[in-house]
Amino acid sequence: MKKELSFITVIGRDQKGIVARISGLLYKNNVNIEDISQKIMEGFFVMAMLVDMSGYKKPAARLSGELEKLGTAMHLTIQVQHENVFKSMHRV
Amino acid sequence: MAFTVEEVFETASMVVHQNLDIRTTTLAINLRDCVHSDFNRFRQRVYDKVLTCGRSLIREAAALEQKYGIPIVNKRIAVTPVSLLMDSHCTRAKFLQMADTLDRAAQKAGIDFIGGFGGLCQKKVTRSVATLLDCLPDALARTRTVCSFLNVGTTTTGMNLDAVNLVGPMLKMTARKTKRAAGCARFVVFVNAPEDNPFMAGAFCGVGEPDVALNIGISGPGVVRSVIEKNRECDLTEVSEMIKRTVFKITRAGELIGRELAKRMHVPFGIVDISLASTTKYGDSVANAIEALGIESIGAHGSTLAVALLMDAVKKGGAMASSLVGGLSGTFIPVSEDAGMVRAVQRGSLGLDKLEALTAVCSVGLDMVAVPGSTPAETLNAIIADELAVGIINNKTTAVRILPIPNTRPGSVVSLGGLLGTAVVMPVKKWSAKKFMRRGGRLPAPVTSLRN
Repeated sequence: MKKELSFITVIGRDQKGIVARISGLLYKNNVNIEDISQKIMEGFFVMAMLVDMSGYKKPAARLSGELEKLGTAMHLTIQVQHENVFKSMHRV
Repeated sequence: MAFTVEEVFETASMVVHQNLDIRTTTLAINLRDCVHSDFNRFRQRVYDKVLTCGRSLIREAAALEQKYGIPIVNKRIAVTPVSLLMDSHCTRAKFLQMADTLDRAAQKAGIDFIGGFGGLCQKKVTRSVATLLDCLPDALARTRTVCSFLNVGTTTTGMNLDAVNLVGPMLKMTARKTKRAAGCARFVVFVNAPEDNPFMAGAFCGVGEPDVALNIGISGPGVVRSVIEKNRECDLTEVSEMIKRTVFKITRAGELIGRELAKRMHVPFGIVDISLASTTKYGDSVANAIEALGIESIGAHGSTLAVALLMDAVKKGGAMASSLVGGLSGTFIPVSEDAGMVRAVQRGSLGLDKLEALTAVCSVGLDMVAVPGSTPAETLNAIIADELAVGIINNKTTAVRILPIPNTRPGSVVSLGGLLGTAVVMPVKKWSAKKFMRRGGRLPAPVTSLRN
């Protein structure tokens, strides 16, 4: 199956359980994590996850909604954006 | 990973922290195929076409917002200038019915604004345009989404002062008929109006445009301000480079979304308008971007250079990123809609004179400017004519959106609501140009050589 790659960006304060809770939610929704990387930037904890959404059969809005809810509970901002927007912005 | 965390963070934080969004997606549709000798059938065809196109735009835009995580703030429709459609139905009552039809279709589809209820009269006011202008105060008062424009000049034809002279009285009437003069915010008078402009109030589907095309406008004053603030020690060359790089990125993202949206709707992609467009939201202000360059308050001496620097860099970055740049592609400095501009007017650093000067180097015109309701119609006409002369002579688009708010004085603060923001009433000069304006006629087309 052709991959549908998106980035999940997590911005906020470092705390226990970020990776565990987000990856748990993704696992439940049949979303595969392809790569993961994190760093402290401008005082923020930033994690970028490259995920394959091709196994996710529900409307994309639902996953963003669930991640947003989790983000609110953990005081994190979580963004889901298709890989193409990063290709457009950062690669000529 | 194909991208570094820094790159991913930069993109995400443009949306999360710096208010990056697609300000408008505007579907331009030609309504000439709807014209019919039976006026009811004509209106029905217009209604059906606007509704079908509008629904498709709303549906597909929502899907892309989710996919790319970038908000698409406004979904709009621009139609063929209505005065061109109504030549054989040229009565006041029919124009009002047509305004109602456009408004109903737009509201039913969920469209924010529908533009094009206007006309082109750079040489002479046609019967159709005159009828439209005559009923415009009522049309603006009874509709919610209909936007209107008038193009009264071009650099190749000169400026039609007779047409300008019709605008002031029309605006004063509109101000009386709509709450807090807000109807005037849906009318803009232009010279050199672009046919593919996606921004309201002046969007219309020009006569040289395809049957249908999707035009988009990206917004990023917050992103630009942020990059300026991070580079406080840079000289002008370096800061210009930083702005160019940033605008390149946001324009690429906008073009990606615009092209995909057009593809999903099975319509051609028109243009990307690379204007910086501010909103009332904190941090989403062009004035703040200028102030971040080191101007204490916009309007101070030095502001003209700062606007010139900013906009030249924005245009260069945007033009590199997209081959289909069009529309207005200047910066908007709408006074009431930009919190930084409102503060500058209140402090006294910005007045009509400096605003007019700023428009000479780049911006699109006097936008969302409030003046006392007692301002004589001739003075309104003169303010408009002055601004439009800047456009005619400099071979650029200029426009005026001005609100003569009844029962106000210079310094009065009027909340216009929503995206229209807060108007601080600006003083106008008490000396009259009545005799000059009453001469009427047409300003001849200027020479385009001898440029000093």
